Formats: sequence, structure tokens, C-alpha cells
Amino acid sequence: MTRRVPLVVASAFLASALTACGGGAATDSAGAPATLDAKADLSKQSLTISIWDGYSPKDLPQRVKAKLGFDTKVASHDTNETIVAKLTAGGDSGIDVAFVSGQYAQALNAQGLLEPIHRELVPNLKNLYPEASQLDYDKGNVFSVPYTWGTTGLCYRSDLVKTPPTSWNDLLSPAPELKKKITMMTTERWLALPALKLLGASVNTTDQATLDKAKELLLKVKPDLLAYDDTTFGDRLKSGEAVMVEAWDGWCPTSEKNVEFAVPKEGSDLWADTMVILKSSANKEAAHAFVNYILDPEVHGWVPANILYRIPNKAAMDKVDPALLKSYPALAEPPSELLKGESLIDLGEASTAYTRLSTEVSAAQ
Amino acid sequence: MRRHGWLRLPFWLTYLFLYAPIVMLVVMSFNRNKSPYSWGGFSLDWYGRLAGNASIRTGLLNTLIVALGSTALSTVLGTLLAVGLARHTRSRLLDALSTLPAILPDLVIAIGLLAFYSAIKLTLGLHSVLIAHTVFGMAFVAAVVRARLGGMDTSLEEASRDLGATPLTTFVKVTLPTLAPGILAGALLAFTLSLDEFVIAFFTAAPSEPTLPIVIYSMVRFGVTPEINALATLLLAVSFTVVIVAQRLTRLTEALR
Amino acid sequence: MTARQPARVVGKAAGRLATMGPGFGYLTVFLLVPLALVLSYTVFRRGRFGGVVYEPTGENFTRLADPLYLDVVIGSVRLAAITTLLALLLGYPTAYMIARLPARWKVVALVAVVLPFWTNFLIRTYAWIVLLNSEGPVNSGLKALGLGTVDLLYTDGAIVAGLLYAYLPLMILPLYSAVERLDPQLREASANLGARPARTFWSVTLPLSLPGVLTGCVFVFVPSLGNFVIPELLGGGRRIMVGNLIRDQFLKARDWPFGSVLALAVIAVLVLLLFAQAWAARRAGRGA
Repeated sequence: MTRRVPLVVASAFLASALTACGGGAATDSAGAPATLDAKADLSKQSLTISIWDGYSPKDLPQRVKAKLGFDTKVASHDTNETIVAKLTAGGDSGIDVAFVSGQYAQALNAQGLLEPIHRELVPNLKNLYPEASQLDYDKGNVFSVPYTWGTTGLCYRSDLVKTPPTSWNDLLSPAPELKKKITMMTTERWLALPALKLLGASVNTTDQATLDKAKELLLKVKPDLLAYDDTTFGDRLKSGEAVMVEAWDGWCPTSEKNVEFAVPKEGSDLWADTMVILKSSANKEAAHAFVNYILDPEVHGWVPANILYRIPNKAAMDKVDPALLKSYPALAEPPSELLKGESLIDLGEASTAYTRLSTEVSAAQ
Repeated sequence: MRRHGWLRLPFWLTYLFLYAPIVMLVVMSFNRNKSPYSWGGFSLDWYGRLAGNASIRTGLLNTLIVALGSTALSTVLGTLLAVGLARHTRSRLLDALSTLPAILPDLVIAIGLLAFYSAIKLTLGLHSVLIAHTVFGMAFVAAVVRARLGGMDTSLEEASRDLGATPLTTFVKVTLPTLAPGILAGALLAFTLSLDEFVIAFFTAAPSEPTLPIVIYSMVRFGVTPEINALATLLLAVSFTVVIVAQRLTRLTEALR
Repeated sequence: MTARQPARVVGKAAGRLATMGPGFGYLTVFLLVPLALVLSYTVFRRGRFGGVVYEPTGENFTRLADPLYLDVVIGSVRLAAITTLLALLLGYPTAYMIARLPARWKVVALVAVVLPFWTNFLIRTYAWIVLLNSEGPVNSGLKALGLGTVDLLYTDGAIVAGLLYAYLPLMILPLYSAVERLDPQLREASANLGARPARTFWSVTLPLSLPGVLTGCVFVFVPSLGNFVIPELLGGGRRIMVGNLIRDQFLKARDWPFGSVLALAVIAVLVLLLFAQAWAARRAGRGA
């Protein structure tokens, strides 16, 4: 017993010494924006970006190298949460440019982790729709540049459902033949979205009574769900394992026969996946050049043409093959249509209410 | 044997249970169809795709760096630890401490290190995973080497000392060679565990430097990818080869003893 | 070794430091300090973006008593216990059979137990997704037999199957070494004294292999309890285990203090088990 004491004391001492120097992480990295050299030699820099798998061309590094002259390394993340957790873990994450959804960009910025966008280094910002700078999470694109945008709705097999869904209620109170053949998303805000919209509430609500009512709806439908899923619902729909799923428009595989997408009449959200530049980046000039390169109409046009996501880039959308727009009318919808959706914003402290809601729903048996 | 007839059922059930999924993966890796639910004829396409998959290549390279590095470190630290525990102390507390990393759930080690790295503001990278893997690697090397030490005759070491050799000479010339098979086995164990380790790497790797299990995790999360079947088959083939080589090597070192 | 000469005493201290110093130094910095850190987090408030604010609070512990989280902990213990029991039921006869095989086949059988372990853990889990899928081989077989499909995937059963698959070898190996060590003469003596095989098993073989049984149970139970990947992939997110809760506190909710409390709860269960194991091992040792 006596020999144990020094060990415990030593480790407790070390622990407290180490934590003492780790305090106050939120503020000390915030500071004035860096002074960037517009004429910096980019070939001396190199870039590491983190993006969802399959969300950019496979040969992006080669193309960037050919056009801008620096090496790019592409890392993939599976969810917003994973990458945000890594970016906030303290220390340099090694990432220069990260692709995250709008409300996550807002949260990262609140922590002082993002470099403001130096507009003079991103002339291609002019290609964006004016609406793209009016999104609630970052009005004026101060710290983020939108890459794709869209909404959340119901993706379904027109050959396997009797009547096409028109309301969130079709998901939350499924017809008997849909039971165990529907999925909902698991990320907190999108998990709550169908219930909140059905209740006529805002997707950004922080009212506890509303959230409690939403929870009731979500618990009621849980036994009828096949799974909670935000990554593979498209595959499930293709195989027929699921016939109706809550989905982001771009991830709904409408290129398949019999797969359709509908936005319920109660309305939905407007999400944006954005590019942000990390303050810890040592390659900020290259990072800006990269963001600017992505906004080039030819480059950005890859997105609608290949993965059928809508992009906030007017110049690029104007060049999209009309035949494609004819087959996928949703792609051709004007931004005003999208703006009917509610922009998701970071809720700060109040976001714990959503965390709790999602824990309660997933823990319930 | 015949007396235990009824035991055969669970015995074979165990092997059926262990191998049914493996057989399926291997068969599906040669399936032309993308869907794993129907057979579209024999094809090696997925192996070709696998070879062209850059993120798997990066992951594999990172994993090998981490596994080799942490194995080297674990082997040195763990072997010394085992000798010390067996020869220089009878403390049960130290004994328990040396096995702690092997017993603790990986998730606990993972969050501990995440908190620690975050507190000292360490930049994450391959080194942070390497450090983490050495924590449990060392414990396994120490355990295996100690098992070998337990069955070892101490009279040789004593003779060496009595003949005037310094402790260091004794250690290098007598103890180490006797321990070689144990050290090799321990190192192999640490290497395999590191190769396959996911949870700790998931928490401690830099987002830009994923290890192979992390790459596989994001692939699996994004659904059915037959490339994974090809990868599984290759890993299995490599493991099988390593097992056989290890077996031969152990026998060889035993024979040299 | 018996006669201590003064020079040897100094040499011993140096030997102790040279051998154990680096290892324990490493474990202190990279295991004990991180654990102490996690332990200290349990009494502080959560930081807005992860980490902690150094204001003492007891609310992290009171939250654990919340039925919501308590149910998750209890549910996880239940699933881990079922997994352990199944592993024991499958693993004991297997280990017993392996120990009775001729030496040549013994090695083959043991390697065959460990070999699946050498493919990637996630790939093995993925295999189960394919196997249990409503379009997968098991259900196709059932359909072909005219039995219709059954929901196999995304159930507690699927989680248990995945955990069992991941950790069964960890049960078989310690059991094997326990059974293998048993002196066959003991069983023969029991048989010669007229005991039936079943009685010999219950009163001789099993008690003597009890330490191995307990080691195997700890090896299966502990990682099953802390696993978060299998519930996620095979449970379809419809069931969460304490491992998911801990992961989520650190990576999603960014509530490190509460995550630390949950980790502490897992460690507490582990410590209880280890005490039970030590106690049983002592008893078995005394009985022999």
C-alpha cells in the first residue's frame, strides 16, 4: 500500500501541471487575420484538404498541380462531427482547407479557428449567385465559401411505394407496408428536422416544449424504422432494402430508375456544404488559390455533372449541359426555390438540447 | 475421442461460425457484380480497382509506418520491462501496472490520450498514433517475454555473473539470446495488434494521416464496396503467409537454442 | 542469490532502473497521466467546444443516475453478458476438444481460431452486414426454403453475433491453456472412483479450469462493453451501447466531463470483474 502513494501523487501532480498549461484554448488562437502575399510563390506551398469521400474529382490533386503548381493531399472524413472534433482537439490538425456544412463552419469560426476569406485572393467569388452570400450561418461569406447547397426531403422508390410521399407525416407515421423499410438520418439536427417541420416549428428552434413534442414523434416511429443512417441510404434504396428514406437531395440516387425525391409540403431546410480555411494553416495563399480554383465554372461544374448536387455557382450552372437539366429538373430550379428552405445555423449552447434529444431517441428501446 | 462425441457439435459450430463470413468475403471478392447479393461471374476487377485506390494505399503505408515503429519501441521497452519484473521486483502493483494497457478497454485509452494530447496541444500525426500503440504493444510484449522468462533456467545467468561478467554483458550475451523466441513472438503480437487497431487510431490520428482501419471504416460507413472484399482476401493471404513464416521462424530459433 | 554483497545491492538498484525505468516511465506519461486527466475531468464543467472549464461540479455524476443513461449502461452490460455467455458455451467445448487433439492438429486448430482475427476487424464486421442483410445469403436461404425473410440485421441479435464473432478467440485461447494444463490423471482417478463423466466434469474439470473461464469472460466482456463500432454498423443506430455514448460525448456532444464519468463507470465494472476473477482464482487454487 505504501508504495502506491508516491505513484498516485506523482501522476496527480503531472496531470494538474499539464492541464494548467492547456486552459483557455478557445480564445488564444483568435487574432487578427494573417497578412497574405498575393504574389507568394505557390509552388513552395502544399495543401491538405479534408472532404467527404467521393465529393470531388478523383484526379483533383493532379488538376490542381497542373493549374496552380502545388501538391494537394486529399483526406476524407465520414461526417461533419468527426472532422470538427479533430479540428477542435487542440494543436495543429494538419488540415489547410476543410469541407464542412454551414452550421459547423459557424461553430468553428466562433472558436476562432477559421481564417477570414481574403476576398481579393478569391476573385471567382463573383461567380456565385447573390443569394449564396445571404445564408444565415455566414452572411457575406466572411469565413466560408459555399461548395454545394440543397435541401432535405424524402427519397423513395416510386415502384415500391403505393402513393408518393407529400408530407413528413408519411415518414413519421408510415403506412403499414412501409414499416421496417424506412430510414431516418442520425445527425442531430437532421434527425429532428422531420418532426420539427411537421409540428410547424423552425429547424433552429430552441424551445424545449417543441423539442419534447418532436421527441414523442421520433420515439413513436422508431420501432418502424429499418435503421438510422446518413451515409448508405442510397444503397439501401437501390437494393430495395429500404423504400423510403430521409435524404439530402444530392445523395438521393435519382439517376437510378424508379428513384424519386420529394420535398414535403411542410417545408424543409436549406443546407450548404462549405469550404473553410484553417487559421492554423501555413499555406494560406495556396488555400485561397485552391478555393478560387474550385469556384472556376469549369471546375465547379464537375459537381452537378457527376454527383448531381446543386451548386451555388451561377457561372458554372449556366454552363451545365441542358440535357442533364432536362433529365434532372431539380438541378435547374432557381436559387429562389431553395431559399424557401430554412437555413440551418449553429445554436451555440442550445445545441446541447439537440444532443440530448438524439441520445434519448437512440437510447430508447 | 469417441467419448466426447457430443462436444463435436459446438466444436464444428465454432469453426463454421468463424469461417462462414470469411469464405463469403473471399468468394465475393471475385464477383463481377457490385452488389454482394448476386453472382455476376468471375472477375479480378476489384483487385485492379483496389490497386488504383489512392486512399487505401496511403492508409496502408501509414499503418505500416505506425506498426513498425510502435513494434520496435514496444519490443525494446517491453522486453526490458519483462526482465525487470521477473528479476528485480516482487511488487504486485508494478506487475498489475504492466498489464493494465492490455486489460483496459481501448476506448478508455483512446479518450485518455485524446484528452492528454489536447491538453499539451500536441499536433496530431502518425507519431501520436505510434505513441498510443506502443502503450498496449509494450504490455503484450512484456507479457509474452515474461512467460518465456518464467520457464527459463537462471543458473546460466548466475554462472555468467560468477565468472565475472558485468550485468550488461550477462544481459546481452546470456539473457537476450535465451529470450529470443519470446521476444519474436511478442513483437509479432504487437505488430498484428497495431495493424488492426481502429479505436485508438480513430481518436489519435490526424485527419490528414488516416491509418488503414480508419480508411476502411469510412468505406464501410459509405456502404457496399466490393474493393473491401478484395482487400480482406489479400489481408487474409498475407496473414496466412506470416503465420506460416512465423511458425517456421520460431521452430528455427528453437532449434538453434 | 542468497548472500547479498554490498556491491550487488547498488547493482540491483541500477538494474531495476535500467530495465523497468523506461517502460514504467513511458506508461506513466502516456497511460497514467492521461487516465488521471480523464479522472480529474469528471468533477469539472464542460467547455463550450470540448475540453473542460475548471469549475468544480458534481452534476456529471448525478447525470449518470438519469434513467436515460443508466438504461444504456444496463442494456450494454446485458448485451455484453449475453455475448460472454454464448462465447463460453461455444468456446469451452471447443477449447476442450482442441486440448484433446493430437499435437499436430492442436496447432492447426489453434491457428484456425486466431486466423480470422488477422483480417481487419471492420471487414469482419462488414461481412456480417452482408450475411444478415434482408437480401443476404441467410435470408435468401430462408426464402428458398419457403420460410420468408426475417429481420436479422439491425437487431440486438445482430449486435451480439458481431461481438461474439469479434471476441470468441479471446475466450477460446485462455480456456484452452487452462484445460490443457489439467492433469489427465485427475480425471482418470475420478473415473476410477466411479464418477460418471458428467460428474467428473462438474466436480473436477470445471472447478480446476475456473481461472481460465474467468480470464476468458473478462477478455470477452470488457471489449464487448466498450465497443461502439458494432452497435453502429450491425445495430443500425437503433440501439446504442455505453461505448457509443462515450464516443459521442467526446466527438459529437463535446461533453468531455460526462464522457469521462461514463468511462469511469466502465472502469468500475472492469475492476469489479477483476476482483471477482482474483477471488475465484484464489479459491480454485485453494481447492486443488
